[in-house]
Order: sequence, then C-alpha cells, then structure tokens
Amino acid sequence: MDTRKQVRSPALSEQNQPEQQPTEPRAKTSVETAMPMRPVRRAERAGSRPAVGDIELKDLHAYYGSNHAVRGIDLDFDSGDVTAIIGPSGCGKSTMVRCINRMHEEIDGARAEGRVLLDGLDLYDPRVDIVAVRRSVGMVFQKPNPFPTMSVLDNVTAGLRLTGAPRGELEDRGREALTGAGLWEEVKGRLKGPGAGLSGGQQQRLCIARALAVEPEVLLMDEPCSALDPVATLKIEELIGELSERVTIVIVTHNMQQAARVADTTAFMLDGELVEVGPTEKLFTNPDDERTEQYVTGKFG
Amino acid sequence: MSAQPHALLVDRGNLRRRNRFNRLVEVSSTLAALLAVAVLVIVVGSVFLKGVGALSWHFLTTPTALFGESGGGISNAIVGTAIIVGIASVVAIPVGILVAIYTTEFAPDRVSHAIRFVLDLLNGVPTIITGIFIYGLLVVGHSQSGFAASVALSIVMLPIVARTAQEVLSLVPAILKEASSALGIAHWRTVVRITIPTAAGGLVTGALLGVARVAGETAPLLFASSIFRQGVLTDPGEALASIPIFIFQASESPKPEAHTEAWAAALVLIAIVLALNVVARAFYARSRKRMGA
Repeated sequence: MDTRKQVRSPALSEQNQPEQQPTEPRAKTSVETAMPMRPVRRAERAGSRPAVGDIELKDLHAYYGSNHAVRGIDLDFDSGDVTAIIGPSGCGKSTMVRCINRMHEEIDGARAEGRVLLDGLDLYDPRVDIVAVRRSVGMVFQKPNPFPTMSVLDNVTAGLRLTGAPRGELEDRGREALTGAGLWEEVKGRLKGPGAGLSGGQQQRLCIARALAVEPEVLLMDEPCSALDPVATLKIEELIGELSERVTIVIVTHNMQQAARVADTTAFMLDGELVEVGPTEKLFTNPDDERTEQYVTGKFG
Repeated sequence: MSAQPHALLVDRGNLRRRNRFNRLVEVSSTLAALLAVAVLVIVVGSVFLKGVGALSWHFLTTPTALFGESGGGISNAIVGTAIIVGIASVVAIPVGILVAIYTTEFAPDRVSHAIRFVLDLLNGVPTIITGIFIYGLLVVGHSQSGFAASVALSIVMLPIVARTAQEVLSLVPAILKEASSALGIAHWRTVVRITIPTAAGGLVTGALLGVARVAGETAPLLFASSIFRQGVLTDPGEALASIPIFIFQASESPKPEAHTEAWAAALVLIAIVLALNVVARAFYARSRKRMGA
C-alpha cells in the first residue's frame, strides 16, 4: 500500500493543476477560501485520531440474495488520491463502492462480508454506528437528486440540519460547501430559490456541495457525470481535481477518458473481481493483465 | 404508369381486414368514452335543471321546515354534514396516512401486501354493512348520534385515504431516499422531512377524495343519524341532519315542492363533491410534477 502511495501522486497531481488554473480562475479562489477552515474542523470532529481518509478493503464480498456480485476484493484508496473504478456494466463496481458507506445493505436481501477499514477502523464492526459511517464517507449519485421541496441553501445544509447541527452554523457551512463545490458564484443570488430549478450540472454540483457540507473524509462518486452534457462534465472533473486535496475520492465511471483525466489511480474490475490496479497512466498504456489491455483498448465491454 | 407495383401498395385481403378491424375498434372505443362523459353530463345537467329553480339564498340559510310544511331550507343539513364528515376526516385522514407510511416505508413486503389486500377488501364492503355494524355497535342501546355516523363514515373513508396515500408515497423517487440516507439522516427523519413533504400534494388529494366520497354517503347515516330535531343542531352527541338524508326524506314526500327541494339539495351536494374532486386533481398534478413523474 505504501509503495503505491509513493508511486502515485507528485507527478500526476501536479500535472492536473496547471491544466485547470488558467481555464478556471474562479476555481482557484474557491479552493483558497474553502481550504483554511478545513483542517481545523476535521481534527476537531475526529478528536485525537488523525483524520486522513485512507480506505482499505479486505477480502470484500457483496451479495444480492444468492447473487455473488463482488467476489473478494482487496483494494486501498489512499488519502488525497482520486481513484477511478472502471469495468463493463454489471461487473460490481457500483456495488463495491456502495459497500464503502454501507449503502449496499439498504437494499432488501443485500449483504456484505469482509472488512472496510477507514483509517484503520473497521466500518462493519458491530459497534460502529451507520450514521457516523455515512458522515465520514459521503456519496454522490448517478442522477442529480436535489430534494425537490427544499431551496438551494436548505439542500446543501440538509445533512447538517437533519442530523442535529446547531442552527447558527448552517448558513456559514452551507456557503462554505457551495464555495467548495464551485457553485457559490452561480447561486448566491438564489439561495432561497428551489434546488430543482438549477441546471443539471448545477444540480449535480449542488449534490456534491450537500455531500461536502457534512465534511466527510471520503467522497464516493457513482458515475456522477453520466446524466450530464460535456460542459457540465468538464466542470465536475475540474472540481474533482480540487476536492482531491480535501477528501479521498473514489469515482466509478463508464468513461475511460474520464478516468484518464481525473484519476491518480485506476482499478479495473471484471465479474466482481479486481483484475488490476495501478497508476492511471500505467493502466491505460502498459497494463500487466491481458484483460485490462483488451478492455482499455475497446476490445470488449 | 404500370399498374402492378401500385397494386402491391393498395390494402387488400388480410391487410384490408386488419384495417377495417382497426377502424372498428377505434370507433367503438371512442363511442364508449363519449358515453362515459355523456352519463356525467346527463346526471349533472338533469340535477341542475330540476334543482336550480328551488335554489336560493333562503334555501341555503334556512333550516328544514316542520314535517308536512314546505318553504324550509337545508342549512341544518349542510351544518350536520360538515360536522359528521369533519369528525370522520379527523379520524380517518391521519390514521389512513399513517397506515400508508407504515406499509410503504417500514413494513416488510409480505405484511405490506397483506395490508394492501385488507384495505382493498374494506373498500369493497358495501356501506350498508358498515352502517348496520355501527348500528349494532353504537346505536342499539344508546341512540342515534352524529358521532356514530362519523365513525361509520371514517370506516368508509379509511381505505380510500390509505390506498391513495400509498400510491403517492411509492411514487417518491428512491434516489431521494438514497441521497438522504447517504447523508447519514435517520430513516424516520427521512420519512418526515423528505418523503412526506415531497408527496404532500398527493396526500392532500387522497384526503379530499375520501371527503368527497363520504360526503354523499347515505346508507350508514340512515342507521346512525336520520331521526333528528328541528333547527340547526351542532352537538354530535345527538342525531344530526345531513344533505343525503334530506334528499332521501324530501323525495319520499308526497308534495311536489318537496321534490324540487330534494333536487336542489342534490345540486348542492353534487357541486360540493365535484369541487372537491377538481381541487384534489390539482393537488395531484402539482405533486406529480414535483416528483418528476
């Protein structure tokens, strides 16, 4: 695990930076304004434990009834990394990701076995509270799903309000999350307007802001751009680059170009098993496994 | 111009038969649809024509005249219906919505199917049976009362409210509930703060349809609240007048003026029911739009 951590970042994440900043000057300011408050809060909430957001999957299995969808996966997601999960439809990538915040077990008849460690603590330990898991591991879904009865601001602060955060903090933390999601400038004049009145891409960034507002250490994204047009997709991808400085990001994608653009590390799954994981560039240009090569070159899937 | 390729494109034999059959089905289903609309138009139209003559401000604001006299109105019946239906609603609407929430959000599938089935059966129980049940339970040995009538009507109303609420709650997109639980929001809180507000318009629809349905219900009232004193009564502890019972009793009278009064009361009742239905539709349309359906 440690070796991969060294392999990944410096080269790739610095590659990302110069691409973004000239095209999106606003993006830079949003990082600057949102960042300083961040480490304080995270340390506060986590107590003495250093909150970093390393995820380790240990022999993870997931089932839907008798259907064995994820078949023994060992995989690490390193703090501050963007990891893309690719693979053909039905290979278990969404299921695997939904095991990380324990959303998988919400489905009737679904269960998971194995261990998911967040900074060394097992999220499947019987003493662990599921609400605490969801607050540490946020999720963004395929289709933008703002709450239709709530305003923009209420949407962003929903996770805080409905889990009992102090009222006085809401507006500030809402603004902070909107800024973090690169949406503040676009919506600051319509915070009281309906969240469903935004464009599709804005709605998805609203959902990202909503997930960020509870200050997770890990953000899971399940094909977050599949319902969006190319321009909105580009904005989300730029956002992913910025957010990777604050949270560990796991993104499931059908789009291999997207994986190549945003991810430091890419994992390829097939039939519920992990075929190969490695630095994105290596996986796409010089994979170890023959099946990976066939998939990334479009020979199947 | 050669005749042969053209002939291939003309409908003949099997294709002609199919075209004719298609036409036949189209015409007959259109006629059936027109017939359904016509029935409503005829019923509402004849009630309007026969009743509008006797309808006046005096008729709406004066209590029913003493037996055998004419010139009275239906103010006591309007007030009585409002009280009886109001109490029934206060009981049936919250219970119906809670039943729906339980079955769509909390109950295991088997239990929820069983409850759905029971509600459908309850909806199918003839209201005269509900009436005689309440008669045996609350009227025999006591006396007729507005309360007894309300209890009977709430039994009629419950399955309507609950089934409509179930339908609407199950329309709330699953992705909203997922988003909510992924934020760490507890299930009951998701139900109260996300699911119910999203479905609110549809829940109002179910409630209004229930009210509209029981406002015209007559059979249970015959048992529970049909022998009442003169004047506008407001104490549900005693039997209250109601519009359906007024229509029934006035139409039994030998006097032609009383018949016209029955028609006028029928017009009032049908106007109330139609208005409730129209408002209910509007809420439903709004709710569907909100849920993106």
